[in-house]
Amino acid sequence: MNVSYNWLRALAPSITATPSELADALAMRGAPVDELVELSAGIGDVVIARVDEVRQHPNADRLRLCSVDAGSGARLQVVCGAPNVEAGGYYPFAPIGSSLPGGVEIRKAKLRGELSEGMLCSARELGLGRDHAGLMALSGSEWQLGASLVDQLGLNDTRLIVDVTPNRPDLLSHVGVARELAPGGVADITLRPFSAEPPALATRNAGGDHGEMEGIRVVIEDAVGCPRYTAAIVRGVRVGPSPEWLATRLRSVGLRPINNLVDATNYVLHEMGQPLHAFDLDRLGGGEIRVRRARPGETLRTLDGVERELTAEILVIADAERAVALAGVMGGEESEVTAGTTNLLIECASFEPQRVRKAARFLGLSTDASHRFERGVDPELQLPTLSRVVDLILAIAGGSPEPTLLEVGSGSAPRMIVPLRLERVTRLLGIELDESEIERLLEPIGFVMEAGADGLAVRVPGYRPDVTREVDLIEEIARRRGYASFPEQLAPFRPTTVPEDPLVPVLRRVRETFTRWGFLEARTAGFAPAADSRVPLLNPLSSEESHLRDAVLPGLLRRVEHNWAHGVRNVRLYEIGTAFLPAPGETVPREEIRVAAAFTGLSEPLHWSGPGRSYDLWDLKALLEELAATLGAAAPQPATVGGATGLLDAVEGFEVSGVGAVRAEAGAVLASSVDSPAWADRLFGLEITLSAADVASIRYAPLPEYPAVERDLALLVPQGTAAAELERVIRSAAGTLLEEVGPFDLYAGAGIPEGTRSLAWRLRFRRPDRTLTDAEVDRSVDGVLRALEELNVSRR
Amino acid sequence: MVDDLLEQLRELEKEGAGSIATADGAEELERLRVDLLGRKGRLTGILRGLGGLSPEERPRVGAEANRVKEVLSARIDERKAACEVAAAPEAHVDLTLPGRARWRGGVHPVTLVVDEICDIFRDLGFSRVRGHEVETVEYNFVKLNTPLDHPAVDMHDTFYLGESLLLRTHTSPVQARVMEQFRPPVRVVVPGMVFRRDPFDASHAPGFEQLEGLAVDEGITFVDFKATISEFARRFFGPTTKTRFRPSFFPFTEPSAEVDVSCQLCGGAGCSACKRTGWMEIGGAGMVDPAVFEAVGYDPERYTGFAFGLGPARIAMQRYGIPDIRLLYENDVRFLEQFV
Ligand SMILES: [Zn+2]
Repeated sequence: MNVSYNWLRALAPSITATPSELADALAMRGAPVDELVELSAGIGDVVIARVDEVRQHPNADRLRLCSVDAGSGARLQVVCGAPNVEAGGYYPFAPIGSSLPGGVEIRKAKLRGELSEGMLCSARELGLGRDHAGLMALSGSEWQLGASLVDQLGLNDTRLIVDVTPNRPDLLSHVGVARELAPGGVADITLRPFSAEPPALATRNAGGDHGEMEGIRVVIEDAVGCPRYTAAIVRGVRVGPSPEWLATRLRSVGLRPINNLVDATNYVLHEMGQPLHAFDLDRLGGGEIRVRRARPGETLRTLDGVERELTAEILVIADAERAVALAGVMGGEESEVTAGTTNLLIECASFEPQRVRKAARFLGLSTDASHRFERGVDPELQLPTLSRVVDLILAIAGGSPEPTLLEVGSGSAPRMIVPLRLERVTRLLGIELDESEIERLLEPIGFVMEAGADGLAVRVPGYRPDVTREVDLIEEIARRRGYASFPEQLAPFRPTTVPEDPLVPVLRRVRETFTRWGFLEARTAGFAPAADSRVPLLNPLSSEESHLRDAVLPGLLRRVEHNWAHGVRNVRLYEIGTAFLPAPGETVPREEIRVAAAFTGLSEPLHWSGPGRSYDLWDLKALLEELAATLGAAAPQPATVGGATGLLDAVEGFEVSGVGAVRAEAGAVLASSVDSPAWADRLFGLEITLSAADVASIRYAPLPEYPAVERDLALLVPQGTAAAELERVIRSAAGTLLEEVGPFDLYAGAGIPEGTRSLAWRLRFRRPDRTLTDAEVDRSVDGVLRALEELNVSRR
Repeated sequence: MVDDLLEQLRELEKEGAGSIATADGAEELERLRVDLLGRKGRLTGILRGLGGLSPEERPRVGAEANRVKEVLSARIDERKAACEVAAAPEAHVDLTLPGRARWRGGVHPVTLVVDEICDIFRDLGFSRVRGHEVETVEYNFVKLNTPLDHPAVDMHDTFYLGESLLLRTHTSPVQARVMEQFRPPVRVVVPGMVFRRDPFDASHAPGFEQLEGLAVDEGITFVDFKATISEFARRFFGPTTKTRFRPSFFPFTEPSAEVDVSCQLCGGAGCSACKRTGWMEIGGAGMVDPAVFEAVGYDPERYTGFAFGLGPARIAMQRYGIPDIRLLYENDVRFLEQFV
């Protein structure tokens, strides 16, 4: 909502605060000001000038030479390309040496060989509007040549761009904003008449769903969509440009002046908050206004020149034959006011918010009118607004009104009365307020207090459709009193009944593990391209992000590529996030919390002491083993098939499966899964499905009291016999004395029989109750060697 | 007498070791050797006291004197060797070379913020829970007092999966889910991803982290609400942090507020980061609307409460001076390493 500071002051002279003070006040009343725009900024040098003569430029078809009088006595020659420049017209003029908004400096110049001594300006060049089709023509002839444009047009104004929340339609007008800000509220606002003698208009309401006035019949077919329709008729108007005061007001809120009639309806809309529409009475067929649903296949060309196809959802204003306007949204082109219009029918109606909203959404239109109707227009406002616009039109366009305003529909809705208990106020706000303070807070903005059965009964003004319940009043009390006026006192609290999410400790341990490994946590938005295994979005932003991800790793691989693309070779990322899996037979997809990791490059930062080592498969296996142990899952095994993501190499990969809910896959990332630069190291990835149930618990084991004995065994192992198999046999044959066993050297090649490899193991023996004897250890080692013979494994 | 001599020996060992460790060069060390262990040195001086001991006591002191002599002698040799290495130009260790570093790991800056917020609220009695990212229209809007034909729905540009299924636009549906499952007193914080149909730009992302809070019990008031949020702000942003509550509108709270904290960069004086206002917005909040209590089966006459929604991504950007939200999602290693 654009608000003019001068306009506010004109409505409520008691507002004396500066624009920035008003902005602060509005912010603390719930309507923050996004921007303060100084309307005269940068145009202080611009003066008013008259063009006395217009000639064709000798060397350019589209340029004209103007003889300009800017009050200095000299005749200035100005080259001008605007189509609307006319001899005798008054225009804003930027003289030599002046500057315009955006820093444009005006210099003496030759354009196609002709001297130009200044510049005639459009509204857009002055920052006064978007109109750049032609010069900003000043209407009338009472202009003082050479006088400052800012002074003459009253442009010393500030526009407040107010962010109005959807619950506050009352702030979508200057009267509403003034009511909120004026110290005395409603009482401070004066609507000065426009005419010396404003017309006294009666109202005719026949009741029921139709009415007539001077041969015009108004019928409401859809009383839900249109509770009330009021209309005025003015005959004999003269269409022309608006007076400058009116044009200035419209420009001050960012509107473009069009003609006096359209401008009058726009002015009153922005003043009162009630949308209006002016029809050319002579272009309404059959002397009838009918408020009805659109017919199937019906079309309407709207004011913006677009031919629109309508549906029965849409409420239209029709004449006897066809739709002439979209109710509450936009008028039609055929019945619009034009230069030749002399007789007017002015509509001022109340339309149901939901109906207008549906139509506006369906048509993809949002207008000043629909914006207000969607949020709720004061149901009491139609007749006062209609009287006001008739007064304005008579003042600026002449004509004579029908002495009676026609009103069709239910008439004024009774004001809502909302009960208010003081005890409830205290219970919610935490402080005690008495009735007189509540009255002091609410009465200025139009609420009326009465004694109720159980406290107060508060009569809510029609412009506050958001206030329907006791709690709405309590909010209003807090808001008007100012949130800052409430103390802050921490109260004791009772413990929550809601247990902590059991996944929290799991995620913490996973993060700790990755931090220890030197990995960095990544976050992605969580979308993926199309695939059968994925859940589609109905309205995606792009085809690359058209589905929900069914795995976390793919997105992480894109992040690795991003790093590679920026020349980063050493990447170690992990992400904890949700995977979405279609659940057959269910409407809602299944969500799994996953952790994925991707890493490539050096396993440690490059150091001068050596060449550095790149990450390999064994780093991946150790990471997976540590994570599996942390999560209380089974130990990883070599992968049997490619994993679910299809991104990893099954030959160089691992998996965790089995009883627990934890599932994992890990492996070298297939070259086909990523775009890698030639210099990139191998890339490894893993993905684990997490579950709250599985966290490894920690138990203390007593420290040994007696020394251990270690024995190394170098074994000749036939190819195809797995280390895991050897370990299993060693463990079972060695018996309970064996504390730990693991391979420490692998060798194949010269000196080793063909078809075998040498794998050296270190075995550590210990007894918990006494020092071991050599004989005991020898017996155990002999047993191991015997058992290994079964696997064709012998000592080297 | 024995104890006295042993004490003197211990002192000699301690002092001597100290002098040796800081001695600079062979000459000084030789001087120390004479001074400590020489014929007229301090050890000899102490051993003169042996004469006053009985024959049974002498070996004990003698053995200790020998040990001290050996220790100090070895120290002098070690130090001498070290000094020689340092002095020899070809064997010089260049200690200005960098040490052997490890990769440093860490969590995402948004996680840092989320965890810190949750820890503070845990102290204030809030447990941390989680919700689903796919939600129904019913929970995302309707149960939160937001009819679909209300203009408030326009405040959210929603990703739909079906007619009544969507990606949650805020963490607030978890309010309804928690209240339907548990009776008051309820105090929870709910961090999680939310989704809005905004393409990536400097300040928007289609998916981002939000953090919901909810406290419901008998007797919770606007005064508690303000106090709790301000207490959090002081603990999170620093003890001198000021808070400002501005009236606002959310369908599921009433009264509703936008919460600002004094700008971390300028301390409230006004700077470019806070657009000269001195304040930074951290989220929306308010007292739970009675319509929400009705929707979840709580008695609105009996229970009151407050709710808040914070933007950890935005808070992280303010706190660390990150100018563009896209940096949080690009996951450039050189960016993430700055937060470990
Ligand atoms: Zn600042």
